[in-house]
Amino acid sequence: MNFAARQQEAQEVWRAFAQPDKRRILVGSATCGRAAGSLEVLQAFREQLQAHGLEKDTALYEVGCLGMCYAEVLVEIRDQDGKRALYQGVEPRHVPQLVEEHLVKGEIYERLALAMMDEAQGKVPAFTELPMIAPQERIVLRNCGIIDPVNIDHYLARGGYSGMARSLFMTPDAVIEEMKASGLRGRGGAGFPTGVKWGFARATKAEQKYVICNADEGDPGAFMDRSVLEGDPHAVLEGLLIAGYAIGASIGYVYCRAEYPLAIERLQNGIAQMEQEGFLGENILGSGFNFSIRIKKGAGAFVCGEETSLMQSIEGKRGMPLSKPPFPAVSGLFGKPTNINNVETLASVSAIMEKGAEWYAGFGTEKSRGTKTFALAGKINRTGLVEVPMGVSLRTIVEEVGGGIPDGKQFKAVQTGGPSGGCIPARFIDLNVDYESLASVGSIMGSGGMIVIDDESCMVDMARYFLTFTENESCGKCVPCRMGTQHLLRILTSITEGRGRPEDLDTLRKIGDTMKNASLCGLGQTAANPVLTTLQYFEDEYRAHIDNHSCPAGACRALIDFAIDAKRCTGCGVCMRACPVAAISGEKKEPHLIDQELCIRCGSCRQACKFEAVLVS
Amino acid sequence: MPLEHHEVGDIFARYAPDRDSLIPLLQDVQERLQYLPSEALSAVAEYLQLSENDVYGVATFYAQFRFTPPGLHHIKVCEGTACHVRGSGHILEAITRTTGIAPGETTPDGRFSLERVACFGSCALAPVVVVDDKVYGRMTSAKTQRLIEESK
Repeated sequence: MNFAARQQEAQEVWRAFAQPDKRRILVGSATCGRAAGSLEVLQAFREQLQAHGLEKDTALYEVGCLGMCYAEVLVEIRDQDGKRALYQGVEPRHVPQLVEEHLVKGEIYERLALAMMDEAQGKVPAFTELPMIAPQERIVLRNCGIIDPVNIDHYLARGGYSGMARSLFMTPDAVIEEMKASGLRGRGGAGFPTGVKWGFARATKAEQKYVICNADEGDPGAFMDRSVLEGDPHAVLEGLLIAGYAIGASIGYVYCRAEYPLAIERLQNGIAQMEQEGFLGENILGSGFNFSIRIKKGAGAFVCGEETSLMQSIEGKRGMPLSKPPFPAVSGLFGKPTNINNVETLASVSAIMEKGAEWYAGFGTEKSRGTKTFALAGKINRTGLVEVPMGVSLRTIVEEVGGGIPDGKQFKAVQTGGPSGGCIPARFIDLNVDYESLASVGSIMGSGGMIVIDDESCMVDMARYFLTFTENESCGKCVPCRMGTQHLLRILTSITEGRGRPEDLDTLRKIGDTMKNASLCGLGQTAANPVLTTLQYFEDEYRAHIDNHSCPAGACRALIDFAIDAKRCTGCGVCMRACPVAAISGEKKEPHLIDQELCIRCGSCRQACKFEAVLVS
Repeated sequence: MPLEHHEVGDIFARYAPDRDSLIPLLQDVQERLQYLPSEALSAVAEYLQLSENDVYGVATFYAQFRFTPPGLHHIKVCEGTACHVRGSGHILEAITRTTGIAPGETTPDGRFSLERVACFGSCALAPVVVVDDKVYGRMTSAKTQRLIEESK
């Protein structure tokens, strides 16, 4: 069967899935949905459908992540009139009513309705008008939460693999030119132009070359790649194949971290489907191009996100970086020319080759084209996975998309780029999010983790947190990183414990500069960024710890005491029950007391108190 | 305890005796045995014609590999940034209080083992705890304590 006929066949499958007059239930079941209980919800639907005798004419699917993680479990229900509503926070106990109201009676169950997928109805807004959705532009996430990720027909019907079909009948050089024209830059963090990178690997002559998809998403606080792999694996696999064709590689690897079992399962399934369709193997679509894809599971080492370490790991060695040059484009995996791109880059590649460079370059700013996904988490109302055009302001992301800071707390900073990035203070909230602007304030785009920080988080503690991570993950090969991370961590720990000295701040800066200039790989070169940016913007917090032995955010345990405000305390006893060490005493309806000797400063009482009567000093 | 060949022999058969089979082999052996006993490391080294030293060096480099058997219930606490900001430290403490073990340890009765993990990528549901590969989101110290009590 030729490709056009295959696409038509897939469209028929999709039409059956999308036809408006058939009852259908979609349950968001990526890892985050499952953590919120989606599999139990799915089971509850199965039972309820049977109870109503609707199981035969209602299609029930697991789909990927719509990115609205705060509202999980998300369920989309379509009744026989084609009315589609998205419900949030669904638990098994809600399922009988949802089925009864929406599927049987055809009425929207407003209590849980988040949005109508088509037009607004009554109090329920349209999906595309939701404040979290309206500013978004979904290219990488084009299919996530919309298609059944294990069904290749769905991907094909929505334009999938037409980028491959088009590329295979262009010359590899023309594909590279198109990539250059699109302006796509590497989404793994460094932002190197993808087309230029491909050009280097293409230019090296060799019998065997490799392409690698870097799916070792190691930044704590980032989950963009996981969502794409789970929700739309073919978008990434297609991009990898196109990259392979462009540089002249016949073997592709996906290096995926073992902490993502569902992503690995979806990739395995995707590769098997590609083989079946003849999209892998020999003479793909009659083009003469041969390609195969292998999966390598990471084994838990952050440094393997660095390309030379990653290749060492695939070769079965300790994942330690090599000095460059030679660059992977000249001598990479098994000593052969190799090109490495990250998941999001490859998912963009397949879209660009389908719709064209000009279309893609229409999004974003002059130097940062296209869109970027961000994993929005931390102290923010609407946590989730979002994709916005490059160049939107931080304000748009934090306030509109993310819905601001919960519990009336003060917005203090945004951390971007994970352990390699920096903290951007609240006063830069109107900064545009693109590669150059983020670099201008000392942070980086990174892979897309965006952690929102409020006034309850201590910036010295944040820096210490990241250094704990990098100190642990430093592979130990080069001295500046191995010793630098240890010393930074030691000094930061002493500051958070009230043992800091005024000269420490200078020492931190000096060590940080040395690490930047002298470390072997990206891990060490950027590990000091969280310290340097917090020092730059929040030096007063460091000074408060050193000079006054106090933590303004009330987070560093050695420097704080908890006390109960007698005026606010109602004597309800909730804190007493929450206290793990029985340090709180008091009669019913009388103000309680905390025994400072027993108190371990865990903050459980503060979390539990509904009257904000637990004070930190 | 000597390693019976039949326990892992079929795993070896899946891989060519090449260096780049090392990590997948260790992963599969650990999946079967729950940990990597020294006999297994020796067997892998012999199969791949590598020194035991070399195999041990690779195994200890990666956080995934463990060299002591895990407890009946294996608890993993996420220490990602989002989890940290939302109080994963308190949760880890609560687990240590309830079970009496620190990260990397197993309770004397073999019921629980505890591990810290860099990030599960479920940041939007922070803080996250994983027990026996089931992910629990939006945890609190109290919820975690209950979860452990229920698994006892």
